Amino acid sequence: MTAQLAAYSTSTGEAVQFWTLGTIAVIGALCTVFMKKAVHSALCLAGTMIVLAVFYLANGAYFLGIVQIVVYTGAIMMLFLFVVMLVGVTAADSLKETIKGQRWLALLCGLGFGILLIGGIGNASLEEFSGLGQANAGGNVEGIASLIFTKYVFAFEITGALLITAAVGAMVLTHRERTERARTQREMAEQRVREGKYLPPLPAPGVYARHNAVDIAGLLPDGTPSELTVNKTLRQRGQIRDVSAEALNDLKALEQRAEERLERDAIQRAKFKRAEEASK
Amino acid sequence: MNPVNYLYLAALLFTIGATGVLIRRNAIVVFMCVELMLNACNLAFVAFSRMHGNLDGQIIAFFTMVVAAAEVVVGLAIIVSLFRSRHSASVDDASLMKL
Repeated sequence: MTAQLAAYSTSTGEAVQFWTLGTIAVIGALCTVFMKKAVHSALCLAGTMIVLAVFYLANGAYFLGIVQIVVYTGAIMMLFLFVVMLVGVTAADSLKETIKGQRWLALLCGLGFGILLIGGIGNASLEEFSGLGQANAGGNVEGIASLIFTKYVFAFEITGALLITAAVGAMVLTHRERTERARTQREMAEQRVREGKYLPPLPAPGVYARHNAVDIAGLLPDGTPSELTVNKTLRQRGQIRDVSAEALNDLKALEQRAEERLERDAIQRAKFKRAEEASK
Repeated sequence: MNPVNYLYLAALLFTIGATGVLIRRNAIVVFMCVELMLNACNLAFVAFSRMHGNLDGQIIAFFTMVVAAAEVVVGLAIIVSLFRSRHSASVDDASLMKL
């Protein structure tokens, strides 16, 4: 199919592409809204944006399609992921509703709004359509450039001012002047001594358990996990793996094996237990 | 296929984004939903550009992208500074003018 014809009518190929990728875009959008973790939302949104870039390309907006991938999925979504990394650690979404029935009302509003929009589009007279074949004849980028630098040149220059303002604003908002001197290691050690808690360095994870992975809390002598041994970030994310039950079961199995090996019978064990209690 | 379908898709994505803004509490996710709405508008602009056979719609979509980039930079900076002062990214917690 020639480019000329493609600009004036949609092919079967485009219909297949639309229905396949459109489904993916809608699923991605729904996942963006309903995923619990912000990282998953960001990834779903990135998928939707890539699908939209393909749609731009299919609609003859070659420049915008590439810009969509480079700017949106490349730069903006990376920025989102960076902020999720900075902020999202403790940012668990509260499931408690502050306004009663807000969620259902919001869904109802969304549904009504969607019906309104789609009804409006359905009633608009959009029967005939002229493709971009003529406008894109000299190349899409050249066409856009000639428009930007003639008709929209003031808007374009103001955009430059806006971008500079945004960059300065971001710096002003995130920059923090240090008002007090940073405490030295010696001062922190002295403070710990004065407060009288955790004088030695914090215990490492997994020391008293049977694993040494960083997300496994060390076990106290009575078998309960000690949260003190796990990194603060992991603690706040709730990503501590609890092995206390496993470790206790392992210990029990070990004891049983040892008893079988020593061929102690039930009576002897009972006697041993009684002796133990007596010694207490 | 009628290219009006692109408009329907754009309307659907915009609605999903708007509903997300109303439902979610995490400021970052709310912001992502706003981005989704902007993208839906861009899709509508590009589809209109094709229907009318001129490039003005694409220019508007291009400007929307630039403004969205500026908006994301400032918005995320605001979220980060809010998080610093309140240790939370929930939009419900930011109900006071000052901590």
